Amino acid sequence: MTELRDFYDVAVVGAGPAGLAAANVCARAGLATVLFDEQPAPGGQIYRSVSTTPVKRDTILGADYWAGAAQAQKFLASGAQYVPGATVWNLTREREIGVSIAGSARLLTVERVILTTGALERPFPIAGWTLPGVMTAGAGQILLKSSGLIPDGRTVIAGCGPLLWLIAWQYLNAGARIDAILEAAKGDGGAAWRHAATFATSPYFIKGLRLMLAVRRRVRVVANVVELRAEGRDRVEAVAYRTMRGTEQRLPVDNLFLHQGVVPNVNLAMAAGIEHRWDDAQLCFAPMLDADGGTAISGIAIAGDGAGIAGAEAAQARGMLAGLAAVRALRPDAPVLAETEAVRGRLARFTRGRAFLDAYYKPAPQFRRPARDTLVCRCEEVTAGQIIDTVALGCTGPNQMKAFLRCGMGPCQGRECGLTVTELIAQARGVGPQEVGYYRLRPPVKPITLGELASLPKNETALRSVARG
Amino acid sequence: MTRVGHEPDVAVIGGGLVGAAIAWGLARNGARVVVLDEGDVAFRASRGNFALVWVQSKGLGMPEYAAWTKLSSDLWGQFARRLADETGLDVAFRRPGGLHLCLSEREVENRAAMLSRLHNQPAMVKYDYEMLDAAQIRARLPQVGPEVAGASYCPLDGHVNSLRLLRALHAGMQQLGATYLADHVVEKIEPRDGGFRLTTRNGEVRAGKVVLAAGNGNARLGPMVGLDVPVRPQRGQIIVTEKVAPFLDYPIVTIRQTDEGSVMIGDSVEEAGWDTTVGAGVVSAEAERAVRMIPHLARLNVVRTWAALRVMTPDGFPIYQQSVSSPGAFVATCHSGVTLAAVHALMVAPAIARGELPAEQYGAFSPRRFHVPATA
Amino acid sequence: MFRRLPDVDGATVEVTIDGRSVSVRAGDTVAAALIAAGVLASRVSDVSGAKRAPYCMMGVCFECLVTVDGVGNRQGCLVPVAPGMRIEMQHGRREVER
Repeated sequence: MTELRDFYDVAVVGAGPAGLAAANVCARAGLATVLFDEQPAPGGQIYRSVSTTPVKRDTILGADYWAGAAQAQKFLASGAQYVPGATVWNLTREREIGVSIAGSARLLTVERVILTTGALERPFPIAGWTLPGVMTAGAGQILLKSSGLIPDGRTVIAGCGPLLWLIAWQYLNAGARIDAILEAAKGDGGAAWRHAATFATSPYFIKGLRLMLAVRRRVRVVANVVELRAEGRDRVEAVAYRTMRGTEQRLPVDNLFLHQGVVPNVNLAMAAGIEHRWDDAQLCFAPMLDADGGTAISGIAIAGDGAGIAGAEAAQARGMLAGLAAVRALRPDAPVLAETEAVRGRLARFTRGRAFLDAYYKPAPQFRRPARDTLVCRCEEVTAGQIIDTVALGCTGPNQMKAFLRCGMGPCQGRECGLTVTELIAQARGVGPQEVGYYRLRPPVKPITLGELASLPKNETALRSVARG
Repeated sequence: MTRVGHEPDVAVIGGGLVGAAIAWGLARNGARVVVLDEGDVAFRASRGNFALVWVQSKGLGMPEYAAWTKLSSDLWGQFARRLADETGLDVAFRRPGGLHLCLSEREVENRAAMLSRLHNQPAMVKYDYEMLDAAQIRARLPQVGPEVAGASYCPLDGHVNSLRLLRALHAGMQQLGATYLADHVVEKIEPRDGGFRLTTRNGEVRAGKVVLAAGNGNARLGPMVGLDVPVRPQRGQIIVTEKVAPFLDYPIVTIRQTDEGSVMIGDSVEEAGWDTTVGAGVVSAEAERAVRMIPHLARLNVVRTWAALRVMTPDGFPIYQQSVSSPGAFVATCHSGVTLAAVHALMVAPAIARGELPAEQYGAFSPRRFHVPATA
Repeated sequence: MFRRLPDVDGATVEVTIDGRSVSVRAGDTVAAALIAAGVLASRVSDVSGAKRAPYCMMGVCFECLVTVDGVGNRQGCLVPVAPGMRIEMQHGRREVER
């Protein structure tokens, strides 16, 4: 049974680059710090399994990945308490954290909370996306990093975004066969070039270009894919596609990887009551934050990709700034605060060029608002057509939609369908996604058992409102 | 600015289970109806209730309510069938009888005494119920835990898929020609030209009659048309588990398995104003009690919790009233919108269409009862 | 279909998959172990009966639900394999006793 203290100055949720940096800075400044993470080892998704990966050749995963090892090491030596295998299922405005460790739930109130729960893959609803054998590119990366597994047989990667090229590069380094990369038509290509000059001076430019060219030299790339479909009965057997000027083509496949960018994982932040707004550049909901990641709720901050997609180095910088803000509040004389300006400079450097990437890799509308027959809610099997038809019934938003169709009521709590549902309703109503809103999320944001819930402490008031017989 | 075609006969304020049932009933009667509703995020008891169609403990203090409830329960089957015929949606109404489980001898005694008082009221409608002892409840529900000391059972109790009910009523009423306007929160009602002018955030609507079915919003609207609607929010918190293969044949007043397979648990009452924040302590207490009742539940995963606001009158019984100062204005409000959906659709709506809530049926539910000094 | 990188070593543990004894890599999650063992579909959807398999591998999609040591609806991608573990595929809904 993991021993938790009665009191912490700071709790950090999520052990990716932002969380590791935040916890590290707080602990080194002498704050009682705890970091909760769901995985058994630190690194989040981008540095997944960096301290335990069975992948031996470091050229497979690349230098950027291995940079995470140093960050994990620094954190582990910082004096913060590290609690792996911990699922945080609730956070209140009063900074009470509900966490489940080894099947046992408990509540813990802390002075300051930094949420660094990162991002998840943008839903990519195409016909057949629920077939076995269809996975996200991120899933492929996890199988590689955590288990040293690479796809066997005919493999196609489809979609857009920098991570698409990264996983292809890593797969090629590992000796995996990639039959084709189907590059989806971009949503907003023209607008990207406005930001090209800034991008050219960003750290991502040369790196990204090199990576993409290396992949293009070795893999057939089909550009401007405007239609995409996974076909098969009990598993994916083929991927059908059409390019802007082409006719329908079909490739037999054993593995299909889909990717069209990542978006903030908003469930815990929204359940805590943190206000989010629609970001038109990144086509997702992002939290409303100040420059240090502070929210409108006193003592709760968000850092990393959960604050807005900006990549690992920016996440690390944001994590540090959120940590420094906590230090400033609780130890205003701490020497580490002198580093603040330098970190802000680093953040500026690593967010430069983001506008270009966002515009250049904007997912095309047909891959965000799919055709009628396509499943939008995987858990409850609700199609785009059903959603559109229910708008016609007077359903103006995702919460009434959820009540009427059950979309968003499954165990994933809208992580795979929420953005699609919001955008479909917005289009059907002719208004913006901000006006439509998002699912109203409540605890538990990750499942806990009824037994665990039953074992939590209850005060007199709580007991009196139940069992009045 | 919204324009509604010909001036509708009736404007129903509120698109929840009460408003939609009445609107459907009115539309079936041939009335031209417009329903004015809030937006996507609203205090909708209709989306947060426990979905019981429940008779067994209702009406202590007002036998007319017991009769009204039983009538609705008896009409529910045909109500569900008509909805299914019209909309193709099966709301999964089941009436296998329902249970109220007791976790101690004292609870059993209290329950038996209460039901006895209920059924001994003068003019109380007659129907069957049983008290089950420890052995009998185990025979009926083998999965109950060792602390379950007994139960009350009533064959008239049942449950329904209340979200699908709301959807069916929305679909049904619109199929019958009712106009539904979301994002039309009513700010003001004024009697005007023999009818009513309703000012909303998105335009003005005029109608011959107006029905207040806005739940807790009725308190604000009522005085505008000479109606007294002392309702207040009363919080209930609900837990939902993952879907499970069917195992619970009877709804228990605090635990039911839905037609989708998920298990709902709801057992709390709080006076918390308009706050719908879920409290870990309360849901934990509910979870603990549920696990004591059916121990197998402990291993199920909770996928969602929510808090919703009941629409509570001072004595817990409905208010139905027609305005004296503004004839043509009606109010219908209660905390049992699921149970009473049948009578709202099949009886209240036609009465409103005829322009009168007859005293012998509705008199007991008038809010005048709140001003009668209690007899010493 | 996936294969292991040739230079991956590591201890193995014995588990059962639907009663069959299988040697899996220690350190793999249940979901990864099933994929490595060539099991494609981890569950059957309780809405339509369609076969489903892991989609995200990071605890977000809930497609990898399996029964582990008699307890249903465990997310396979979050559970590390252990010696003697009993893994079973899910067909439809979980039983309340399991």
